[in-house]
Amino acid sequence: MIAPHRRHGLWLAFIVHRLSGIALALFLPVHFWVLSLALTDPAALDGFLQWTHRPLVRIAEMGLVFLLSVHLFGGLRLMALEWLPWSARQKTMAALATAGSVFMALWFLLSGYRMA
Amino acid sequence: MEAQAEHVTTGDEASVHVRVWRGDSGGGQWHIYRVPVRRNQTVLDVVTWIQQNPAPDLAYRFACRVGVCGSCAMTVNGEPRWTCRTHVNRVLRDGQLSIAPLRNLPVVRDLVCDMTPFFDRWSEAGGGFVPGIDRHRPLPAIAPDTLARRAADAAIECINCAVCYAACDVVAWKRDFLGPAALNRAWSLVNDERDRGNRERLRAVSGDAGCHNCHSQQNCTQYCPNLLDPAGSIAGLKRTVMRAVLKGEF
Ligand code: SF4
Ligand code: SF4
Ligand code: FES
Repeated sequence: MIAPHRRHGLWLAFIVHRLSGIALALFLPVHFWVLSLALTDPAALDGFLQWTHRPLVRIAEMGLVFLLSVHLFGGLRLMALEWLPWSARQKTMAALATAGSVFMALWFLLSGYRMA
Repeated sequence: MEAQAEHVTTGDEASVHVRVWRGDSGGGQWHIYRVPVRRNQTVLDVVTWIQQNPAPDLAYRFACRVGVCGSCAMTVNGEPRWTCRTHVNRVLRDGQLSIAPLRNLPVVRDLVCDMTPFFDRWSEAGGGFVPGIDRHRPLPAIAPDTLARRAADAAIECINCAVCYAACDVVAWKRDFLGPAALNRAWSLVNDERDRGNRERLRAVSGDAGCHNCHSQQNCTQYCPNLLDPAGSIAGLKRTVMRAVLKGEF
């Protein structure tokens, strides 16, 4: 359970940033390995790409897109926080970063359906 | 207000079920008390009632009872609060109240913490004013509307209650971190045009225990009872340090 003093938006923004960072660090090597199949084993890559069109995999990928964008937007918020004149509206910024990420993830999912 | 209705009653009198942490640096345990409900009752009133009735040996600190001295902070239902200005009916959870000493500070006894580390951080962060002129020269006038003056103003009303220090996870994780209050104090002096200690101060706040440890979780700003924004002050220090580095002043 989350301790009472941590139940506020900016603490959640902190932990989401950390966890998405770790998740992406784990994901990226796999991602590059898959891309390398284009050179080493194109047939396997094609098979893999077919597999990614399954609905469940597609939804999992949407999660990845969410992690990527939440880490990106959250990182931009932190850089603005540290480099630009201070704004007390950090909660709004964090909410915008999250909303932007949800949008990106949904957009990814829907654009997938259009392609299919 | 709704929570009032959930008070347990003993006889005719409504009472609150209060858990108080009692012990010392070697450890302790929760003690249960039933405290009669009063109108506009503060958490400090509850503690005082317990001390005056069932537990005369209960140790706790307070002085002003009106939010000025900063000595009465405790952990109330898991959150750091100034108890003299925290109304019971605003923090009750399921009709219950738990009261413990502040986090991140060594316990002396019961609800009393040793504030020494908190004030040590204060001086380590260059929290002392460094005068630049002697008594024979007139004080320079500082216009009230300059940017620096307004930044100093915003940070200056700290009552040293250590609520932010107790709320900060980075203090919990890294014991020598200067923490929000000391860094907020440093920021008010960085903006004080009369002060001459900034070179040393910027060095102190950018050291291993300094402002760059802050993860901007803003528990400090969330809980500061005086509505100060230590997280904003820390961001200000980070910018000032970076500017000094770019200008080669470091
Ligand atoms: S913003 Fe920084 S100083 Fe304030 S609670 Fe968070 S980590 Fe601590
Ligand atoms: S900054 Fe606020 S919470 Fe921290 S010691 Fe000062 S008054 Fe208390
Ligand atoms: S008793 Fe002085 S601030 Fe609470």
